[in-house]
Amino acid sequence: MDIFAQQVLNGLVLGSVYALVALGYTMVYGILGLINFAHGEVVMIGAMVALAVVLFLTSVSPGLSPFLVIIFAGILAILVCMALAFFIERLAYRPLRNAPRLAPLITAIGISILLQNLAMIIWGRKYKTVPEIFPKETFELYGASITTVQIFIIAISAAIMAGLLVIVHFTKLGRAMRATSESQRVAGLMGINVNKIISVTFMIGAALAAIAGILVAANYSVAHYSMGFMLGLKAFTAAVLGGIGNLGGAVLGGLLLGLIESIGAGYIGDLTGGFLGSHYQDVFAFVVLIIVLVFRPTGIMGERVSERA
Amino acid sequence: MISLVQRFWGRVSNDKRALFVGYVLLFVALAFLPFLLSLTVGRMWVRILDFALIYAMLALGLNIVVGFAGLLDLGYIAFYAVGAYTWALLASPQFGLHLPFWAVLPIGAAVAALFGLLLGAPTLRLRGDYLAIVTLGFGEIIRIFLNNLDHPVNVTNGPIGINKIDPISIGGADFTRAHEVFGITFSGVHIYYYVLLALLFLTVVVCVRLERSRIGRAWVAIREDELAAQAMGINTRNIKLLAFALGASFGGVAGGLFASLQGFVSPESFGLLESIMVLCMVVLGGMGHVYGVLLGALLLTTLPEILRSTASPIQRALFGDVYVDPEALRMLLFGLALILVMLVRPTGLWPSPKRKKTLDISVTKG
Repeated sequence: MDIFAQQVLNGLVLGSVYALVALGYTMVYGILGLINFAHGEVVMIGAMVALAVVLFLTSVSPGLSPFLVIIFAGILAILVCMALAFFIERLAYRPLRNAPRLAPLITAIGISILLQNLAMIIWGRKYKTVPEIFPKETFELYGASITTVQIFIIAISAAIMAGLLVIVHFTKLGRAMRATSESQRVAGLMGINVNKIISVTFMIGAALAAIAGILVAANYSVAHYSMGFMLGLKAFTAAVLGGIGNLGGAVLGGLLLGLIESIGAGYIGDLTGGFLGSHYQDVFAFVVLIIVLVFRPTGIMGERVSERA
Repeated sequence: MISLVQRFWGRVSNDKRALFVGYVLLFVALAFLPFLLSLTVGRMWVRILDFALIYAMLALGLNIVVGFAGLLDLGYIAFYAVGAYTWALLASPQFGLHLPFWAVLPIGAAVAALFGLLLGAPTLRLRGDYLAIVTLGFGEIIRIFLNNLDHPVNVTNGPIGINKIDPISIGGADFTRAHEVFGITFSGVHIYYYVLLALLFLTVVVCVRLERSRIGRAWVAIREDELAAQAMGINTRNIKLLAFALGASFGGVAGGLFASLQGFVSPESFGLLESIMVLCMVVLGGMGHVYGVLLGALLLTTLPEILRSTASPIQRALFGDVYVDPEALRMLLFGLALILVMLVRPTGLWPSPKRKKTLDISVTKG
């Protein structure tokens, strides 16, 4: 029972991060119908920038309150990522909005390669250790242990997701976003500045990605130039699992994928009589994805798309 | 005999004559290319050329799935892996099997085709990006299995990979070794170049014929509008499965050749990045256009190598020292090149003239 509780908890922590990143994928997909392959790298840049700021501040003025350090690092990382996303959309996606569907996919891959190697040039190849700004305390919860960082991750992602849902469903901006995702042309006719809405969508997604990057780096105490790729992939899988284009689906898919992965990794050995070990964690996640899509081809919460528009 | 040729030559039109002369010149140029490369820039480039040819085969296979049938496959490298491991298991000391190449190559193609069906069957209902993510997952699953099937039963040797794979050999003449023919010494990579060139030629011919066949037209119909294709009496299920299986078998053959040339396979060569690279070759070259895809494959395999050999010397020449990690710089430039090419030519470097027409009409937001 203790192991189970622990795996569920780990799954929730992992799932919250997946959900944050998945929201960025799903928002962009909802509006542009584009897989933003570079999103995972934005997560990485967020983590790297925050880490650089933390290291700089703690070395310049060691007496600074850790609270201020983290706020400052977080804000700077979010701003950098938002600016980055703005330029990515402007330079790599906007010119191709009426191009064949796979053209922006290739530029997205190009951006991803570019950012990864840029990060490698700036921050080097080595894994970077994240200093513990706050002392890590461990609590007991239903027989599972949870650290302060993990509590923080779950709380902050829940708050952000709730905030995002409020923005999308109850504000003027959110209404404009939803209208744009229904039809760019008609939204434009209704007086919505479609280009601006698309830019804003990218920037909101990037802000979430930056926060996710900081949380991941804090949780594993390590950051690396290639950390965004696999995370982005998993988050995209989560978005598809939940039904891409659907915000609630992204959250559900993220949490579900996190739980599947951690519970699967914990029990796959027992389930298969020791034949498959925990190395097969990712197989588990993808097999579940395939099974879900076979029965629900547009994801768990995805709308059924009609054959002809 | 000569008069017969003269009479035939007299009857064909001028256009065809020019085309014929062009083909002969191309043939001669391709035959002498490895000599030229090993004399000017070193024998390493003949090896790179070999890999470019293998990747061209791979890209042509993916082009059947993505370009012709319009099924976005992000895990195509899995079939390459299946072909490579089939060869590695059937012709290496791993199980002590040493089947000859003419047996292994078709088996590899067949096994890969089987895996193609395995992927295709459950995903028939999926569309566009949902299909993309499932194929991506499939590719990862294959790679993870290759990486971990060293216990409890050792099949693939895990992350270490399989070594000492048999090369193609005829009558005891090992093709990866140097041989002397008519007083000229051909190195192993040089001999392989001709083998690969011949197979690539065959692949191109098959692809071009396929495109114009009933099946090829059915694929294009499905790509443009699946519902309409079905209404026209096309069995979309079988035709889509055929695209998966056929595309996969091309990948299987390419994988087998890769294993035999390299003499070594490990799961590392079959990651997601490789799948994405092959997709880039197809899209950048000109999706659905056989010659465009060839161009894309040759460019994207040689460009990183050219950048690799120039990244440090140019820095040294310009700034007097190597400031930026050359490996990172080369990939950075490569990413930049991908972006710029797509921005300038969104339909690819050399798009199919027919496809361009249909694309202009069907551009809609999903």
